[in-house]
Amino acid sequence: MAIFGLWVINKAGGLVYQRNFAEGLAQLTSNEYLVLAGTLHGIHAITARLSPTGSSSGAQVIEGESFKLTILLTATGTKFVLLTSLTEMTADTVLQKVYEAYADAVMKNPFHTPEMPIRSEGFDTRITALIGSGQSS
Amino acid sequence: MSYAQPHPRFSVLSSSSLSSADHTYVQSPTAASSTTRFSLPSVNTTPVSTTPKPPGARPSIYDRPLNKTRTAEVSASAFAFLFSEVVQYTQKRVAGINDLERRLNTLGYRIGTRVLELMVWRTESTSKAPKREIRFLQALMSIHTQVWRTCFGKPADGLEKSVENDDEYMIVDNDPPITRNISVPRDLSSLSCSSFTAGIVEAVLDGLGFPARVTAHNTPTSQYPGRTVILIKVEKSVLEREEALK
Repeated sequence: MAIFGLWVINKAGGLVYQRNFAEGLAQLTSNEYLVLAGTLHGIHAITARLSPTGSSSGAQVIEGESFKLTILLTATGTKFVLLTSLTEMTADTVLQKVYEAYADAVMKNPFHTPEMPIRSEGFDTRITALIGSGQSS
Repeated sequence: MSYAQPHPRFSVLSSSSLSSADHTYVQSPTAASSTTRFSLPSVNTTPVSTTPKPPGARPSIYDRPLNKTRTAEVSASAFAFLFSEVVQYTQKRVAGINDLERRLNTLGYRIGTRVLELMVWRTESTSKAPKREIRFLQALMSIHTQVWRTCFGKPADGLEKSVENDDEYMIVDNDPPITRNISVPRDLSSLSCSSFTAGIVEAVLDGLGFPARVTAHNTPTSQYPGRTVILIKVEKSVLEREEALK
């Protein structure tokens, strides 16, 4: 039961927010995170087109042996990705709350430029209150 | 005093917003031609309804009773997006923080004059003994409670008098609703978007006859990161009059 990390990917596939909350994730440079986020964006686009029964919103959960990756795709194309342990059951509700915090603290902030990296103190505070502190990188 | 220049407060007033909406009603072409082409009026003309308003249209905002909207509220989210745009729009057109705060103050001033008028009108029509605040402290109290309640739905959290300067008063709001979602970046850290609120306060004080210079300042505490102080520096004449009224 642990939440490892949170990513926010903009509609073009760029990583605009990344934060780790627990030990156990591989240590990566920010450049590697950018590449991985772009790749995930591509994989998501593929899964969205593979559906045999018409249109699909794409992959929602990707499970590995030791962790789980939950994706929330919003109507505007922004993706919220939560990296959790396999037993974590609250990923969906946490992602909904992250979306809410994003709408409040990022989109209503006049000093945020859409599609650009999120540097908003209010968002950091809301995420800390929601998931817990951790080293932000 | 010369009034050759328009008052700087109203420099943002645009004339384009005053253009009236014209409503022209086009007659149906068949009805028009049938009466002009033939000398005999056609027998089965159906009366064309000429009601100017489409069904279900609400009266314009100017025709609605003002007292009905006393308890009406607007969406805080919608206002947050609007205010965010206001700040972005203003920021693109100014050179520095002082200029930005001054412009926000000017925009708030235009709200304040209307807020005061509306509040006075409403107390006049509902209260048996409507009164105008003529003493400065009472005026401040009414701003702290009534104006705040009208604008933000709650009274402000504190009203203080400066210990250093006796012409300075402070209204404290622990969590101003209009700046709740705003995170000011570090390079603008002295900017307070509550200058908008300061403009409202300045206009209300001006309207009541207490000219003052009103500014907003961030004073975050660990418990209230959004705590804001509205600093009111009243003009000397006001204090002198207060002395005389004692």
